[in-house]
Order: sequence, then C-alpha cells, then structure tokens
Amino acid sequence: MKQIALLLFIAATLISCGSDDDDTSTTNPILGCTDETSLNYNPNATDDDDSCQYPNLTFKFTQNWDGDNITAQGFGNFDYANENGEVLSLLKLRYLISKIILHKENGESITFEGYNLIDLSDINTLLFNTETDVPLGDYSSLTFVFGFDEQDNITNEYLDLNSSSWNWPQQLGGGYHFMQMEGNWIDSNGDIQPYAYHNGTAKVSDGVYEQNFISVELPGFTITNNAEIEIKMNIAEWYKNPNTWKLFEMSTNLMGNYDAQIKMNQNGQNVFSLGEITQ
Amino acid sequence: MKTKLVILFGFLLLIVSCSNSDDDSSDYITTPVDIEIPQIFENLLLPPSIPSNNPLTEEGIALGRKLFYEKLLSGDGTQACASCHLAENAFVDPARFSTGITGAVGNRNSMPIYNLAWNFEDKYFWDGRAIGIEGQALGPVENPIEMNNTWPNAVATLQATSNYPDLFAQAFGTSTITKELVTKAIAQFERTLISGNSRFDQYLLGDSSALTASEINGFNVFMDESKGDCFHCHGSDANPLWTDNIFHNNGLDTSFEDVGLGMVTGDPLDNGKFKSPSLRNLAYSAPYMHDGRFQTLEEVINHYSEGLVYSETIDPLMKNIAQGGALLTEADKSDLKAFLLSLSEPAFTTNPDFHNPN
Repeated sequence: MKQIALLLFIAATLISCGSDDDDTSTTNPILGCTDETSLNYNPNATDDDDSCQYPNLTFKFTQNWDGDNITAQGFGNFDYANENGEVLSLLKLRYLISKIILHKENGESITFEGYNLIDLSDINTLLFNTETDVPLGDYSSLTFVFGFDEQDNITNEYLDLNSSSWNWPQQLGGGYHFMQMEGNWIDSNGDIQPYAYHNGTAKVSDGVYEQNFISVELPGFTITNNAEIEIKMNIAEWYKNPNTWKLFEMSTNLMGNYDAQIKMNQNGQNVFSLGEITQ
Repeated sequence: MKTKLVILFGFLLLIVSCSNSDDDSSDYITTPVDIEIPQIFENLLLPPSIPSNNPLTEEGIALGRKLFYEKLLSGDGTQACASCHLAENAFVDPARFSTGITGAVGNRNSMPIYNLAWNFEDKYFWDGRAIGIEGQALGPVENPIEMNNTWPNAVATLQATSNYPDLFAQAFGTSTITKELVTKAIAQFERTLISGNSRFDQYLLGDSSALTASEINGFNVFMDESKGDCFHCHGSDANPLWTDNIFHNNGLDTSFEDVGLGMVTGDPLDNGKFKSPSLRNLAYSAPYMHDGRFQTLEEVINHYSEGLVYSETIDPLMKNIAQGGALLTEADKSDLKAFLLSLSEPAFTTNPDFHNPN
C-alpha cells in the first residue's frame, strides 16, 4: 500500500515537472547542431550541443590511357601506343599521393592527413578514405602532391613505405619513389624490351639533388554530402606533353638519369584530372 | 525462499562441476612472450605480424621447437621438419633437392626460415600457395615426396606418447592434439627465428668500422639501377628484410617445367614467378634459386650479370637481356659478393634456442 502511495507521488512529481517546461518553452534553449555546413544542421536549434556531423571524403584513384580505363586486369596486354608510336604493355604501376588539400575561395583550407601509395595490383589502395571533417559548401580547388614535397620526403621516415620497398636510394638523394611504372614495349625490330619508368628525386651530380615532386591543382566543387572524389591519371600523358617520350632512348636506368627525371616531371604536370564526384 | 536457495546451490554445483570437468586445463596458465625485435627492424619496419589467435607463449614456442625436430610427424618416424631445414644452414637444406621418407626427391630447394613475422604478404612456399605459417606447416606432413604421413596418423602418434598430451595441455589448455594445434605450435617457434644482427646491420646502426671498402662498394653496386639494381626486389638499407616477399621471374629459363606462382593463381602472367628469398645468411644457405641450381654466389651474380634469358613473363627489371644482363666488372662482382656476405649472421646459425631440444 505504501508502495502505491510512493508511486503516485513520483508520478505527480513528473507531471508537474512537465507542466513547468510548457510554461517556459518559448525562452528555453533548443539543443542541436547549429552549423549550417554540417550534415545534421537543425534550423530550430538555438544552442549547439556538439552533435554536428560533417561529410567525409573518399578519394578514388583511377587510371586511363587517353580515356580508356586501365586496371590490373589489363596488365601484360600490348594495348597502348605512346605519342612516339611505340606499342607498350603495363605490368606494374605504383605511385604516391600526399598532402591533399581542399581550398575555399576565402583562403581557408582543409588538409587531409597522411599519404596514399596506390598499387594497381591491390584494389584496396585505389581508395583513400579520409576521416577529416569537410563542411558543406563550395570549394575553389583541390591540390595534392605527386610524390612527397621537400618537407615530407624524408629518408626512411615512413615504416609502412619502407616495408613496401618504396625508398629512393640515398645514392640518388634518398627519400621515396614517387612512381614505379613498368612494362614492356616493342622495339623497331619487333623485339620485346622492358621499361622501368621510375620517378623520384633528381640527381644533378654526387651530393647535388633537385626536388622533383609535382604540385597538382584541380578544379573545385561543391560538397553536399559524404562524397567520393575521383582523381584520374591519364598514363598516356607521361609520354606526351611537352616531351614526346622515346622509349628507344629512355626505357631503363632512368632513376639516376637527371634529364629523364626532369622530363618526367614536365610531362607529369597534366596527367591528373578531376573525375566523377559521387555524393 | 527455500526454493530460491536450492536453485542457487544447484547453479553453484553446476559451475563447480564444470570447472572440475576441465581438469586438463585447470592449471592452464601460459607465459606470454614478446617477440624480440632487432634494433634495425624497430627503426625501419612495421611491427611484426602475429595472428591474434596464436599469440606467442613460452609453452607454445617450446612445444613448437620440439615438434620442429620431431620425427614422429613423418610416416615412418624418420624425418622431422628439421631434416630438411637445418639450423646451421639458416634452415635450408644444403642438398639441392630434399629426399622424402620414401626416397622420392623434390624439385625445389627447401626455403630458409627466418624473419617470417615480417612477411607481411603472409604467403609461403616458393610459389606462395600457403597462407600463414600455420597454413604452410600443414603441407609437408602429408606431402608424399616429403614426410608422406596423414594428419590423423601423425596426430594419433603424438597423442599416444607419454609426454606430448601434457605439453599440449600446457601450451593450449587441452591434451587433445589436433593438426591445428601442432601447426600453431610450430608457427610460434618459427616466428622466434629472427636474424637481424649482421655486420651490415651494425654498420647501419652506426658502426662505420663494421664494413670494408669492398663491402661498401658492393652495397653501392647493389643500389645502383644501372649496375646491380638488386634493391627493387631484395630490400635495401631501408628495408632490412632484404626481400620484398613477392614473386618475380628473374630470367632463369626460356620455358618452364615448374611454373611456380602461375600454378597457384592460374594466371599465365604468373608463370615462372617465384618468391624473392631474403639475402640474409647466404653464407650458410647454398644452393641458390628456387631449384637450387647455383652452388655459389659467383654463379648467382654471373646469372644477373650475363646469364639472363628471355621468357614472356620475365620481370621488366631484368634488363639488357640481349647481352645477358648488367655486365658487371669483375671488381664490382667481387665487391657485390663481399657485401652480400656481410648480411650473414653467424650467431643465427649457432643460437642454442633454435637447435634440437630432444
């Protein structure tokens, strides 16, 4: 009997509390996310409760030869002719992308931590998932570094890259490879020859090295949700512009070849473009 | 009230009787072991990879070591793992091909065993057909040209001994032996076989007197794309495993009787590809190549210098094939060999923890 009395008392208290709230609903704060650039913006919220959630981006790296998609499934096929008319196959393609930054018109920017070693033979590496919050809105450009820039290209610094044998020899200035592109090509006698188009720091002479990374700038876009951003590499460009690459002159032993390294850098300026944005 | 008490007692009895019935494992307390990471690995490489379902323990390692040297695993009780993986030879067989219990002879040289916890690809055998060391260890017991046993028979033989059931209980909490537990124990032992303290490691760690001028030049030949160009597949001062643990056709033959990786993947592009072995401990691990065709390092170096032959799947890093390869000078060849030998670690072959405990 006492229990019932207690229960009634508690119920009464609860109801009276509820009535109090009603009285003051016009002045009490409404908690929620108050940031219009978040995914869960609550226009009725008066007080921010730290619940805002923002889009995350996934970068998807795809490769093509003047528009024809290239995956590891096509490795070994002599399907491509470079600008110089040399027919070639692809057997390996690994390259490094770092320091991805999304820029706003007003000068603000969002930097995505880390780097991504893309290896066509491992599909997991073709997607780079980021956990950085990206507010909704317009972005004026996307920039990244092909390879590592001077600040990041630190010899033996990254244990995962060391474990993947990605280092650039210290004899050539150290740091890391930017790209390893390998395959075969057919020479003027019809014989199959190898090529190893490896890019990294350029050695001028013993002890004198030049940074050789590429700063890439792509157009901006509007973020309306979680998004997958496609970054396309047109492999044909490596052989095309401004230097018409001649494999019969430069196909192997290119790492220590200063001229080859600089031409790779020049030709690499236009290999990347912005692809589809899915959100 | 009384009923509740009775139920409670009933539960207690059940719990007590449950633990009683587990007598085998009631005193199952293992001692965890941290893998000993060489300084040079600590500095440069990702941490070793140990499967979460097979952590290293003193009891497991000791059992694995005993099993590694246990001839009862073979069909007629004459061969152990160690019969073809000799500690004094960095765990390879100095014979080109190993002879199984029936007298049958294989067609590949037995692989060295060390630094397996850093094989991040986790593929084993020359052709990568096994995943994980536990998976690898399943193979030889039943291979007709090796130990030619069956797992049920091998397990029953161990079960019938006076000592093994207790050792399994200590290591795994059950005296019921299974092939999975046998291979787990062997894998634990194999993960402790670590070689990371050669003279070259000491050089990298700062002892500049550890190498001769010839060895240092040999290292430069190794790292020079226009000379040895060894580092793309065989590690470097930055990847001190001295292997990439992946598969390549290194220009040995124009056609293949043994297609290696191609047999495993079914992809003709993989024909003639075999795993790059580590270059550590070459002083003890002749003969060389997957089929042990070369008895000396001179022969190996000559192969890459002027002996390369073309086949469709040859690695693009094998270049100047028309002339047979890199055409190293005799001086560079000699220095390269000297450098390679600086990667050998005498203490690895004499470590008493790695030898026969039986």
